[in-house]
Amino acid sequence: MFGYAARRVLSALPVALIAVTACFFILRLAPGGPFDGERALPPQTLANLRAYYNLDLPLIQQYFIYVWGLVRGDFGPSMVYNDFTVSQMLAIGLPFTLMLGFTAFVIGTVVGLLAGSLSALYQNKLPDYVLVLLVMIGLVVPNFLIGSILQLVFGVYLGWFPAGGWQNGSIAHLVLPVTVLVLPHAGRTARLMRGSMIEVLGTNYVRTARSKGLGTRLILARHAIKPALLPVVSYLGPGLSYLLTGSLVVEQIFALPGIGRYFISAALNRDYGLVLGTTILYMFIILAVNLLVDIIYAWLDPKVRYN
Amino acid sequence: MKFTQTLTAVATAGAMALLMSTAASAVTLNMMNGSEPGSIDPHKASGDWENRIIGDYIEGLMAEDANAEAIPGQAESYTISDDGLVYTFKLRDGIQWSDGEPVTAEDFVFAFQRLFNPATASEYAYLQFPIVNGSEIADGSVTDFNELGVKALDDKTVEITLEGPTPFFLQALTHYTAYPVPKHLIDKVGDQWTNVDNIVSNGPYSIKEWVPGSYIKSVKSETYWDAAKVQIDEVNYFVQDDLSAALSRYRAGEYDILTDIPSDQAEWIKTNLPGQDYFAPFLGIYYYVINQEKPPFDNPDVRKALSMAINRDVIGPDVLGTGELPMYGWVPEGTANYEGVAVYQPEWIGLSYEERVAEAKTIMEGLGYTASTPLQVQLKYNTNDNHQRIAVAISSMWEQIGVKTELFNSETAVHYDALRVGDFQIGRAGWLLDYSDPSNTLDLLRTGIAQGGETNWGNNYGRYSNPEFDSLMEQATKEQDLAARAALLGQAEKLAMDEYAAIPIYNYIAQNVVAPSVTGFVNNAADIHRTRWLTKTE
Repeated sequence: MFGYAARRVLSALPVALIAVTACFFILRLAPGGPFDGERALPPQTLANLRAYYNLDLPLIQQYFIYVWGLVRGDFGPSMVYNDFTVSQMLAIGLPFTLMLGFTAFVIGTVVGLLAGSLSALYQNKLPDYVLVLLVMIGLVVPNFLIGSILQLVFGVYLGWFPAGGWQNGSIAHLVLPVTVLVLPHAGRTARLMRGSMIEVLGTNYVRTARSKGLGTRLILARHAIKPALLPVVSYLGPGLSYLLTGSLVVEQIFALPGIGRYFISAALNRDYGLVLGTTILYMFIILAVNLLVDIIYAWLDPKVRYN
Repeated sequence: MKFTQTLTAVATAGAMALLMSTAASAVTLNMMNGSEPGSIDPHKASGDWENRIIGDYIEGLMAEDANAEAIPGQAESYTISDDGLVYTFKLRDGIQWSDGEPVTAEDFVFAFQRLFNPATASEYAYLQFPIVNGSEIADGSVTDFNELGVKALDDKTVEITLEGPTPFFLQALTHYTAYPVPKHLIDKVGDQWTNVDNIVSNGPYSIKEWVPGSYIKSVKSETYWDAAKVQIDEVNYFVQDDLSAALSRYRAGEYDILTDIPSDQAEWIKTNLPGQDYFAPFLGIYYYVINQEKPPFDNPDVRKALSMAINRDVIGPDVLGTGELPMYGWVPEGTANYEGVAVYQPEWIGLSYEERVAEAKTIMEGLGYTASTPLQVQLKYNTNDNHQRIAVAISSMWEQIGVKTELFNSETAVHYDALRVGDFQIGRAGWLLDYSDPSNTLDLLRTGIAQGGETNWGNNYGRYSNPEFDSLMEQATKEQDLAARAALLGQAEKLAMDEYAAIPIYNYIAQNVVAPSVTGFVNNAADIHRTRWLTKTE
């Protein structure tokens, strides 16, 4: 088990390096630079700015300077946000995005598993139809639409929750954003769980257990859950990554201080340092989550371990 | 589990609402401020959203009143020499930074030197280039900062010397590039002085908290010389790019002021939030620039036809919905130092739209462009819903006169890159005036300056070049008499516009929404509303 985990970690490092290199050079290929705005800067000012950010050095030299800084944990300066370094901005925003993502993940997974299992148990009866309908809505309606509707209904008309903002840890400010993130995730999880559970409930060993007289609850807990979880766990990895990196829209609508916004706005601003920093961070999140999933999978299904 | 969470949330929300209503002794203003500030260092900022924050915590020699006109700020009085070149400012008694250190003339000298210092790489330093040796220090040709035309005659006297008489200089001093910075603090911690733990202020407010991505909180500064007149105790500048969500939060009472609105909601706001809409023209022009190095656009008749065929009256009210006013000239109405000059109007202003289209069509036909052999034109604009709407409308207007338009949009950085290198035929551009003076827009049409084998056209993307225009502008910079100067500038505007140097379309409108509990918010041409003039009743 430990050997397997160690091998997986080591194989992730070259992947990370290749991704960083590719990002670095592709970003520079894009037309336009960080200082191309609505006003032409006087050439001397432009020269000063470029010198300040090392942009006048040969590209390969800038690359090595950047990687060297990365190894020491320094993501470099942001070209647009002068009062903070990229590391500072990520350090402030990352815990928030992680918290938002994880909360939505936990709630969404639990809700999804419950809904999926219930659906499977009462297959083709009323609870199943109701749950499937809710799942479809959560999956099909885009998150910006759900977000705006929730904001209007609960924030403006009913006034139950704040319509946005972040008040340093207030739960009330998190309810709406987390709900928006939970819905599609719970939907997908429920659908997977339902399908997988239906399949498991139809297997021979479950039929044997039932014919032996075991109660439904015992069957579920002891015999059905683990195998039914397998397809779901495969999804949960990318699902978690998606939640952690896909909170951009929610952060925009509810004006939350996460790092999702930086990803897009920095790319549009050609803020090389911030884009690279955010990309690398997301890449590590995804690599870490995939690693975790592989390990959990190996734990759930011993057959995988011995390959 | 979700139900109890919801219950807790509701209970918490209720408790918080109760708490907030009872702890209302501090008057707090919640302002939606748009994008995240890139910097609150006045030498590194460049946006109006940063200006709102900076202008509340630092005050310059001159400050703005509620109408955004220049009034004495840190200086209590000033004298101007007869030749208009030397301004002497006497600082008030008792002015200090919020850490107790006095504000001295040295702070101003230090600030201007830092502004022009190439190492600071300040984007907006050029606004203060009227000061002697400002631009020379910025481009490195002068290395001794003491040669800068800003001197401290003593602790309380600042003397500024200009290259030429500059009637808008007092107004230029209200801009944040002219603000003082705390020399004693920067000597100690360098660029980290804007860190919330270090920062000090000499203005009505002090920066207390900065949560990136969320808000900046400023509180009233008791060391400000005019603190007695400042009513609002606390102001929160919130970051929110999503305008629809901002409007929702305004309606929920979380914002007192919106500084921008989703433009398709303008009508809705006027109807449903009466008295809260503060839409007024402000100093900015929206225009199409035509690349005059590419035939047939070097022919002024072609440009004339294109301009005539645009029905500017429908753009503001119908295409955009916010009622922007048409513009035919290059200097927005209400610009200062332009007395005696009538608002420019083309010779064909008296014709009805149908007559204009007919005449434009005749011109184009004379050049060989008809509906069956149209002039193929590519119109570039930066990606934005409004620019797109306008471009689509205008291209259909041009179709009437035998012009077939291809629309091309790209991101802002890419778009302006293309304009700058001349890789376009017709492009959309905009210009917000840095200060209220006609030269600010007219400078956009000056011939490029030869620099090291190349020509630097600056913001004159269309590369319009007319030696007579340049000569009029040169004469104006040397003219001291305001009326004579205005006349020269007026001639220059007429010359350029008669030749269709560019095609102005409309005058920008500032769109603010202000809650009824806030008073003192006055529409002005610069769209600057310092918090010290506002009052809020709970």
